[in-house]
Amino acid sequence: MAIQGQCDLLQLTEHCGCGAKLAAADLREFLSGLPASRDPRLLVGPVTFDDAAVYRLRDDCLLVQTVDFFPPVASDPETFGRIAAANALSDIYAMGGRPLTALALMCLPSKQVPLGVARAIVHGATEKLAEAGALLVGGHTLEDPQLKFGLSVTGLVEPGHILSNAGARTGDVLVLTKPLGTGLTVTAAKAGLAPASLVEEANRWMSALNRAAAEAAVQGGAHAATDITGFGLLGHCWQMAKASGVRMRLRAGQMPLLDCAIEFASMGLVPAGAYANRRFLDGRVRICEKVALALQDVLFDPQTSGGLLVCLPAESVEKFRQAAAGQRACRCAVVGQVEEGDGEPRLLVEM
Amino acid sequence: MTQEMTIDARGLACPIPVIRVKKALEGVARGRVVVLVDEQVAVENITRLAGYMRCSHQCAACEGGFRIIIEKPGSGGEEP
Repeated sequence: MAIQGQCDLLQLTEHCGCGAKLAAADLREFLSGLPASRDPRLLVGPVTFDDAAVYRLRDDCLLVQTVDFFPPVASDPETFGRIAAANALSDIYAMGGRPLTALALMCLPSKQVPLGVARAIVHGATEKLAEAGALLVGGHTLEDPQLKFGLSVTGLVEPGHILSNAGARTGDVLVLTKPLGTGLTVTAAKAGLAPASLVEEANRWMSALNRAAAEAAVQGGAHAATDITGFGLLGHCWQMAKASGVRMRLRAGQMPLLDCAIEFASMGLVPAGAYANRRFLDGRVRICEKVALALQDVLFDPQTSGGLLVCLPAESVEKFRQAAAGQRACRCAVVGQVEEGDGEPRLLVEM
Repeated sequence: MTQEMTIDARGLACPIPVIRVKKALEGVARGRVVVLVDEQVAVENITRLAGYMRCSHQCAACEGGFRIIIEKPGSGGEEP
């Protein structure tokens, strides 16, 4: 896709995509000072750091709501729009839901970014929403020095299909559905050091909907799921392990990786968010010394529109794999297991 | 011939310091590149790059940030 005019969106931002998230430690501190609702209709709220909130309208009708927006993660506006939409929709899928409507949020430096570029971003998002069967029903724009775009998405989830962070059980198997390394690849692209084919491959994965993975998870009787975004694989794993009161044993050598992710990490193209994620997890994760530094960097790398991490009973893994097989949006790998355990470290990473 | 150069990357966000150091190291057969940065992230990334390019490095805190000294040994392996 051609870049419109001279406007390379990646060069307009310091932090790309979900790498712009507030650091996990700061977010926890911020949220701890806010009042929590005790309304019984709120089935999933902020306490478990879940992907989306679930609110009971009627016993047979549960509402799922989320919002996600960020600075550019791709050079081309339509691609950025597609990725931002896939990323926001992913929060609905990660709860086991299906999206219905979306509202767009855009912060626009209108002196720098022409309106045609802004419109192309929304076109890309609309295309993804159509693929998801959801409608763009409105939005809000602000004049702002930093371009940002995303969606607030509303959907429904069947009672009994909710995939929260808190459902992982001892003996479950962990399956990851997309390759890791988007933060590293985008940083390499920003540095002009990533071949176009690798950037396209990363863009394709970031644009891919997590719908098929979520459907396979629900069909496979998954106990819990989360999508891997700004806190990296290990950050989101830890949140799930903590919310579920379990320990997780991960196999670094089994992780699906984007081509060259390891090389980009070795070259020092590691986004700042990866270091923040590593700092937050200090003392909360124990990494075996056989796991090389560059591979560790990939595990901490902030992902944008990453795959689902699904917790399944061991006997359901084959059913899940079959349901996800042949889907271009999925590259599934068994990456670990859930064990009994309370307290830190909640994550053990082996080779 | 051994060369020495200094790169002041203070105030620059990654990956810009990494790009500058990479270009500098590629531009000399052997020699020393001194890099000034003001962020821990840049220190981490530049030391990774130095290892990737098979260069030795030392890092010390200095006024306003960090000084990283990178030695490129040269392909012949002779003493500098």
